[in-house]
Amino acid sequence: MDAIILQILNGLDKGSAYALIALGLTLIFGTLGVVNFAHGALFMIGAFCAVTMQRLLTLSHTVIDPSQTDFLGNPLQTKVPYLASIIGADGAQALIAWAVPLSIILVIPVMLFVGWAIERGLIKHFYKRPHADQILVTFGLAIVLQEIIRAVYGANPIQSPAPPMFSGSIDLGQYLGFQANAIVYPIWRLVYFGFSTLIIGAVFAFLQFTTFGMVVRAGMADRETVGMLGIDIDKRFTLMFGLAAAVAGLAGAMYAPIVSPNYHMGMDFLVLSFVVVVVGGMGSLPGAVFAGFLLGILQGFASMNEVKAILPGIDQIVIYLVAIIILLTRPRGLMGRVGVMED
Amino acid sequence: MGILEVKGINKRFGGLQALGDVNLSIVENTVHAIIGPNGAGKSTLLNVLVGKLIPDSGSVMFDNQSVLGRKPFEIAQMGISRVFQTPEIFADLSVMENVLIPCFAKRDGSFRMHAIEPVRHEREIARQAEAMLDEVNMLSKADVIASSLSRGDKRRLEMAMCLVQEPRLMLLDEPTAGMARADTENTIALLKDIRTKRGITMVIIEHDMQVVFSLADRITVMAQGTPLVEGSPDQIKVDPKVREAYLGETQV
Amino acid sequence: MLGLTKKDFSLFILVVALTLLAPIILNPFPVNSSLGQTFNAGYPALLQRFAIFGILVVGFNILFGLTGYLSFGHAAFLGVGSYAAVWMFKLLSFNIIPAIVLSVVVAGLFSVVIGYVSLRRSGIYFSILTLAFAQMSYALAYSVLTPLTNGETGLQVYPSDPQVLASVGAPSAPHIFGLPMAQSATWSGGGWVFTFEVGYYLCALMLILAFYLSIRIFRSPFGMMLRAIKSNQTRMNYTGLNAKPYMLRAFIISGMYAGLAGGLLAAMDPLTGAERMYWTASGEIVVMAILGGVGTLIGPVVGSGVIKYLENIVSKINDNVLHSALRALPDGLENFLVNIIHPFVGEGWHLTLGLLFMVVVIFLPGGLVQGGQKLGAMFNRQSGNTTAAERDAARQTPSKPAE
Repeated sequence: MDAIILQILNGLDKGSAYALIALGLTLIFGTLGVVNFAHGALFMIGAFCAVTMQRLLTLSHTVIDPSQTDFLGNPLQTKVPYLASIIGADGAQALIAWAVPLSIILVIPVMLFVGWAIERGLIKHFYKRPHADQILVTFGLAIVLQEIIRAVYGANPIQSPAPPMFSGSIDLGQYLGFQANAIVYPIWRLVYFGFSTLIIGAVFAFLQFTTFGMVVRAGMADRETVGMLGIDIDKRFTLMFGLAAAVAGLAGAMYAPIVSPNYHMGMDFLVLSFVVVVVGGMGSLPGAVFAGFLLGILQGFASMNEVKAILPGIDQIVIYLVAIIILLTRPRGLMGRVGVMED
Repeated sequence: MGILEVKGINKRFGGLQALGDVNLSIVENTVHAIIGPNGAGKSTLLNVLVGKLIPDSGSVMFDNQSVLGRKPFEIAQMGISRVFQTPEIFADLSVMENVLIPCFAKRDGSFRMHAIEPVRHEREIARQAEAMLDEVNMLSKADVIASSLSRGDKRRLEMAMCLVQEPRLMLLDEPTAGMARADTENTIALLKDIRTKRGITMVIIEHDMQVVFSLADRITVMAQGTPLVEGSPDQIKVDPKVREAYLGETQV
Repeated sequence: MLGLTKKDFSLFILVVALTLLAPIILNPFPVNSSLGQTFNAGYPALLQRFAIFGILVVGFNILFGLTGYLSFGHAAFLGVGSYAAVWMFKLLSFNIIPAIVLSVVVAGLFSVVIGYVSLRRSGIYFSILTLAFAQMSYALAYSVLTPLTNGETGLQVYPSDPQVLASVGAPSAPHIFGLPMAQSATWSGGGWVFTFEVGYYLCALMLILAFYLSIRIFRSPFGMMLRAIKSNQTRMNYTGLNAKPYMLRAFIISGMYAGLAGGLLAAMDPLTGAERMYWTASGEIVVMAILGGVGTLIGPVVGSGVIKYLENIVSKINDNVLHSALRALPDGLENFLVNIIHPFVGEGWHLTLGLLFMVVVIFLPGGLVQGGQKLGAMFNRQSGNTTAAERDAARQTPSKPAE
């Protein structure tokens, strides 16, 4: 029992990331009708926003302290963050430790801008082109974005620790009545799960309760009719793209302590998120979220030694296997509507 | 016994009865028009005939063989051709290639792997295709890419693609919809020509009464998913039920 | 001639000549000149890649170019072909004939399975299914199938391997009936050095055969049917044609081309790893095909050649090369330009590739070949005859893919 709970928990953080990326992919596909192969790159840019925040906070100047000498006898030079001279050393220390969560205030404007720029500058011209062309051009864009990041930040993963308060693990089992050390789980992953639930809730609330969201949902159901109502969908769709980009970016930024940001992390997540979208049902938002968690957890189970003993290697392929079976037996996906991209 | 026998067809979509107990007998070598107001089930019926929809009950026999449950390409191989409301042609291919493909389909069946010999070595097939293009006065456009043809030419090309397979039955779905008057006249002339020269059985779904009355030997009027009346054009013109259901709205 | 029309035949002869003379044509500069060190590409290792990737993309084009079905998992067949070939080296001998035959056969069988399943869907679903299959193969090659693939280390030939057919005194590297792939003749004079290698000429021969076969397929009724599938599947059905077997054959043929390419890669260098199947490798195939011109005969050869050539020179360029090339300029301008160009060269090759790819997809959907044809047609129009070239250009504009 404890092993099962542990696997479910292990699936949650990956599942959360899949769900958030898939949510954005679905929003873009459902409203704009575009298959966005660059969505993983947006996730990656988000993660690098966390790195950037850390670097911004630690921007330093050199201070010479004549009262002390280094081992060569020269006056000691120390690097002091500018931040320290503004709010004091302790405050700066605390802020720097909180760089990852703080990066949210950087992620949102950056991603909205990136999303806006991509939609207006590129995607807009591909609404009427075939899906294959959309896949190709966004694939090209993904390469460009990831190479820009590599040119700026280098090829090596950059560690981005969680705030000290949330680093380390807790023994969840104790709270649930299991013996000690049965279910030990990193705290930040719990935070990530909570955070993504919050974001998902916010997106759904936004779509459910605002006029804007209503129009978007109507547009997803029947684009032509909404167009006929005289509502300028295009402008809203630009914002939609920005929103989807922001969701992916937030997912990426908060993921930074779990996987140290590297330039190709987006591609790795993209392929899986596409599979998630397909399993959930092209164009179904609840489907994307549900399938994201489902596949994350399935992957968790498949990594159990007991399962691997029976089906070796299943942990590597379970997601693809599920996707292939779903596509062949229920092409509209678990929650897709009848007739949407079923062919 | 007709070439196409439709018996007791029912089809429901959710709560909507799209077709209710449809019986129809199409006699060989006649032109049979199916008319009716929008939503009368004409298109649904046509989709059943070509295997795109499977009815809930009933039977469709073509030349004493059931067509139900067969795929569209199998039904086409049985000798049923279809002309669409908007011409369905191979828009990226040349006019000649558009006609060559049905020639191959007729000779080689639904699939044959012939990947080495070039198309141009198939002289007999090329002759057939050229003769067909000549018949519809399009030989001079053989090398044109089909997408650049006029609407009327596209329609004629589609007809040529069907005719070259020498079908025993042609299903035409509003062949003149959206056409200018001149194109409509041309299409009527073309269809009349096909009729007199080749004697192919045709089922036409049409809104345009001029087309219907100048072509049809028999007319079935449908309303709310069921055939209302069937008869010769002269009978239909004077039938009070038809006038009430349909013709009343139209100037004949 | 050879069953080709005059136009196709001259195209074929052009490819034959370019391939056979590549070791000379691609070495236009003296070997020790700085231009030569940067721009010469006529050395065997690179020439082999031109030919091998040419084969790969020519095969991919039979699928994507003719039918419009975008496979995003084609590298899987390349990888499987390589594994099959290395296994033949391990079990039988370093003779490449059984290795290449098996790599084609195994890739063919593999594509029957993947094709049969993936082709039950079309449009983006087909792309995602092929992608999922390829990623699955990659993941399996790295994990459970380690006994077959040697996991992360990669599969290679060890002295302890059986090699039951190896004869005494045969080369301990891939060879064809005793003639080693790495054997070469050089021809030098006046600062120029040209290397003619057995391995390259084997690949070149295969490319020529592969290209010839692709012309025949393009011009055959089968090729016409594939274009018909791309153009209008509804009409295809109502004409009484079953699209499935046509698609599956096209998929298998292009899978076998990829298997051949994989086998040749192993024959040139008898080791292989799972990264050959990674989806970015599949993406690279797509990029080459698009860049050259999808659906045209020569496009794949142009696309793979241009990309492999650019990859080679662009990634060789570093700041020193830039400085020496721009020496004539004033210092300030020189440094400025070097800084501008720096991100796009050397390590930044993929950035250049991505940008190039986007530019082609956005502005030139027919690829470089179509661009050339458009230029040609413009000249023709000026001199007052618009004919075949223009018609071809019109024919090759991509249409909506079947969905």
